[in-house]
Amino acid sequence: MIRHLAGKVGGALVSLLFVVALGFLLFRVIPGDPVVAMTRGRPVTGDQLAELRARLGVDKPLDEQFVDYLTAALRGDFGTSYVYSRPVMELIGERMWPTILLTGTATVLAVVLGLWLGIRGAWRRGSRSDRISTGAALAQWAMPTFWLGMLLSLATGDLFPSGGMRYPDTPPDFLSQALDVAHHMVLPCLTMIAVVYAQYLLVMRSSLLEEMHADYLTTARAKGLRDDLVRRRHAVPNALLPTVTLVFLHLGLVVSGAITVETVFSWPGLGLLTYEALTGPDLPLLQGTFVVLAGAVITMNVFADLLYRVLDPRVRAS
Amino acid sequence: MTAIVWQRRRATAGATWREFASQRSGLVGLVGLAVIGVLAVLAPFVTDQSGLDVTRLTASPWEPPSSSNWLGTDHNGRSVLLLTWWGTRISLVVGLAATVLSVLIGTVVGITAAHFGGWVSAVLMRFTDFFLVLPSLVLAIALSTVLPRGLGTIVLAIGVTSWPATARLVRAQTLAVEARPFIERARALGGGHGHVIGRHVLPAVLPLVFVNTTLTVASAIVAESTLSFLGLGDPTRVSWGSLLHAANMHGAVSQRAWWFLIPPGLGVVCVVLAFTLCGRALETVLNPRLKGER
Repeated sequence: MIRHLAGKVGGALVSLLFVVALGFLLFRVIPGDPVVAMTRGRPVTGDQLAELRARLGVDKPLDEQFVDYLTAALRGDFGTSYVYSRPVMELIGERMWPTILLTGTATVLAVVLGLWLGIRGAWRRGSRSDRISTGAALAQWAMPTFWLGMLLSLATGDLFPSGGMRYPDTPPDFLSQALDVAHHMVLPCLTMIAVVYAQYLLVMRSSLLEEMHADYLTTARAKGLRDDLVRRRHAVPNALLPTVTLVFLHLGLVVSGAITVETVFSWPGLGLLTYEALTGPDLPLLQGTFVVLAGAVITMNVFADLLYRVLDPRVRAS
Repeated sequence: MTAIVWQRRRATAGATWREFASQRSGLVGLVGLAVIGVLAVLAPFVTDQSGLDVTRLTASPWEPPSSSNWLGTDHNGRSVLLLTWWGTRISLVVGLAATVLSVLIGTVVGITAAHFGGWVSAVLMRFTDFFLVLPSLVLAIALSTVLPRGLGTIVLAIGVTSWPATARLVRAQTLAVEARPFIERARALGGGHGHVIGRHVLPAVLPLVFVNTTLTVASAIVAESTLSFLGLGDPTRVSWGSLLHAANMHGAVSQRAWWFLIPPGLGVVCVVLAFTLCGRALETVLNPRLKGER
């Protein structure tokens, strides 16, 4: 167990290092000299260019730059945003909480809804409600997230705020602030649920279908257990295992969803920050969000793996 | 090739087609694809391209649907019907090209990893796993931001980020095929790597790759629309994603311009559903494990 744990965590650390290195390749090597891009269209002398290069540390050879970048990144320093003129990590720290609030709420609700519909569908396979819910899930899977968001916002009219996280004139006490944020969160949250739950539904449905013909279910029925007890106590716990890992493995999807949903609804989180960074383009900021979002997904994957081992005795023994 | 081989292949193809045709949803998807494909090809012949030019407009901006403009006009006064029709072309071309790139990388990596084994496999699979957990949209955004805007960039960004699933699938299938005795026989008779892969492994893996391709196209088209929606598409061309980008930028929601929002998104949904239905039907036909299920 300890060896496995060490292996997994070690592998994840290597992946994280890869992400940081990929960040260097993407944002320092491919775009070329950032000074040219920053001073485009402005009259600058050679001396000024040289000074700017020295200040940004881009006058050194690439390998030295890489070492500088790596040591700074390990300290959590990803430079200064061009647009905001503030440290990238400070911006990310501020914008992290709205994203965690939005994606966390949406994921929990989507998991509950998806599992419930998936279990119902598999248990009554081929029934009308199964066909409807599977069809609806497929249709929602085909929809681009941002389009669904815009349609929801169009359909609800003035019922919900069209963007942002809170009104500026809300009283500062906790209850009215919380209600205001919840009011702003309804549409982005609904959009994310609609797009994500379909995955959970389909996975839960197919993994329960695989358990349907298992001998232990026949035994349970032969014992005289009621149908819903067979489902609740025997079939679902076994079918739940693959689904749990998939919930975590689909976090990449949640991150993609967060970027587009936050863009549509101007939700001030990491997704919107990514969008602002790419419109600049504000390369240090985009580099920071890239490393943080990719790193978060990698870390969650390790958790999923460990959780799976805790939950499934068969994997633990082998 | 002898005549008997071709006869056998024709018989297999016929059987596959009959089985595919027996699934209504697959046929619906195929017909939908055919219609959309014909519309995309015919666009330059039956519509007037000058309607896409903002300098030569007759209608006013934000016109709701009427008898002259069936789907109304956009923020410039261009016909939404015409824009959506032309958008089909870019969305399909980018979706298909990105899929070809992605499936090509995935197949090469998967077969190489499974065929050569050992440290080659270890390195390649580690690499694949790394790309598999990396959130693909985030990487695609990074790539299309740092590279010059254009169709090539967006194809590259989607292709480079969507291959790992194909690689894993192809690797598993190659391992299964290579464990069978006829591969050992081919090797014993002196067949080299090229012969074994080209004549024995590829034909056995390709049906699965083909199924995977139809499903990948669907996600590539969604990825294209997402990147274009974020403003990372080719600024000189109209695609469904760039239309929705324009709609969002110019406040189509607050203008209540439903006629500008619905058609491009509906286009994405139709194409994605059509490809998915085809892919699932093909999967049932070509993947014997699934027969009788679903």
